[in-house]
Amino acid sequence: MTLNAHRKMQLYGALLLLPAALLLTTFAYLPTVTTVINSLFLPGFRGEPAEFVGVENYQVLFDDPTFWQVARNNLIYALGTIPTSIALALGMALFVNGKLPGRGFVRMAYFTPTILPMIAAANIWMFFYAPQIGLFNSLLDSLGIPGVNWLGDPSVALSSVIVMSVWKEAGFFMIFYLAALQSIPPELKEAADLEGTSRWSFFWRVTFPLLMPTTLFVLINALINSVRVVDHLFILTKGGPNNATNLLLYYVYENAFSFFDRTTAATITVVILIVLAVVATLKFTILDRRTHYQ
Amino acid sequence: MSSTSSTSKMVAPHSRFVSVPSLETVAAWLLAIIWVFPLLYAFWAAFHPSEFMVNFSLFAPLTLENFTDAWSQAPFARYYLNTFALVTGVVIGQFIVCTLAAFAFARFPIPGKNVLFMLVLIQLFVFPEVLIVENYAIASELGLINTITGIGLPYVASALGIFLLRQTFKTIPRELEDAARIEGCNWLEILWKVYVPLAKPTYLAYGLVSISHHWNNFIWPLVVTNSVESRPLTVGLGVFSAPETGVNWATVSAATLLSIAPLLVAFLLFQRQFVQSFLRAGIR
Repeated sequence: MTLNAHRKMQLYGALLLLPAALLLTTFAYLPTVTTVINSLFLPGFRGEPAEFVGVENYQVLFDDPTFWQVARNNLIYALGTIPTSIALALGMALFVNGKLPGRGFVRMAYFTPTILPMIAAANIWMFFYAPQIGLFNSLLDSLGIPGVNWLGDPSVALSSVIVMSVWKEAGFFMIFYLAALQSIPPELKEAADLEGTSRWSFFWRVTFPLLMPTTLFVLINALINSVRVVDHLFILTKGGPNNATNLLLYYVYENAFSFFDRTTAATITVVILIVLAVVATLKFTILDRRTHYQ
Repeated sequence: MSSTSSTSKMVAPHSRFVSVPSLETVAAWLLAIIWVFPLLYAFWAAFHPSEFMVNFSLFAPLTLENFTDAWSQAPFARYYLNTFALVTGVVIGQFIVCTLAAFAFARFPIPGKNVLFMLVLIQLFVFPEVLIVENYAIASELGLINTITGIGLPYVASALGIFLLRQTFKTIPRELEDAARIEGCNWLEILWKVYVPLAKPTYLAYGLVSISHHWNNFIWPLVVTNSVESRPLTVGLGVFSAPETGVNWATVSAATLLSIAPLLVAFLLFQRQFVQSFLRAGIR
């Protein structure tokens, strides 16, 4: 190939990349940079230029107890949803992978919540959680037990939101475990059976370690979802009562579009971006050490 | 009944088929019932008068009134149209933009290609909805507020799409490309006649994932739209069923089913393709 032809190829390649590059710059890189910049400035009043304040916005944010409450909520939300949905997903996959009567139906039942919009799922769970006419309290009432204010009581509300999220998410993770289980060679099980290994120790000694890459993959997805998906809060609690169920991204939304405080919104967004950067590093270092694509 | 006792679990395998359901089967089914229950309940609530919301009587009269109520109280026809336009537009845009970029990454000698590719992959973590504040500002600069284009455009250059298609394109043997070149095809013709047809399964998988993502997407469409003309179903449903509007619950239930019906039906019909697609798009 002549040098000229090589140049031409480079040019073609660049042209092919151009639409994606333009769009990614406009809607991913540029907003990321301006978010960071905005978090370092205070907007000027009446057309005056914005004032550079360094990390002052961060100091203000870190002095704000509400921010810490929201950050803690998000941590509890992550700790509440992730291990539970991963454990359930693994259990579901093991159930469905075995000889089970009505396997097709059971698998569908587990997976269906995944394809619903979060908003629809929240609507449905609202019927369960509503204080007076909700199904849970009606059932409790018929047993003579006083009802619980599932979404209105600050000490229960976050747990109620977590339960709904687990329901929505577990089936999605199940399919990855199921695919991984089906790729485990059956000879391993046969050999273990000959050795008289119990099912319990076969699971912990063979299956579970072999599923480790899947667990890491699922874990990373779950981590991302725990900061990215807040749709259900719009229906269930709106972050209340008294911020008891507020999560970081919802707090960004509130600051930007209810309090019209774009500076605080930008500052919290940077915190979210840092969390995502940590998750991304985790993915590219731990997970991709096993999978090599070229 | 020819059931075996629990102590004989380890006996000849054929006896398993006539035994009482094992503990595992019971647990699996119990979990399945818990998992479908919310959806079944939504069906119950939607097809019965509202006084039967928590009163499960076998003889409760069936009704379609909740659906007609929902349909007349909010412009669901318009929402359907908007969601349909949004999903179609996004998927077509993604197919074009991601195909071109993936082709460039797979076959062209671009300087700094690996760094550029890593930059693209960042978008797997930094989604448009995380940057709602700044993306809102950008959308309004571009005059895209309250348009369907405004909802969809930030998602068109999708890192996932570029990644999946690049992986597929790389597996296609160069010999096919050379053959096409001898026939006199230029680069775009090679892409269109060799690469795209061979990547059909990837397009199907990515397309299904993308359709379900955009059918269900909420927070960015909520932020960027402010009227019936551009709101998709999810936002319409969110506005309609917000607790403070005091809409009857049976009606909300019907509205919820209306908004999920097309995707749910598609899923039930093409379960295998959906699950395969999610798997394919997930293994990355």
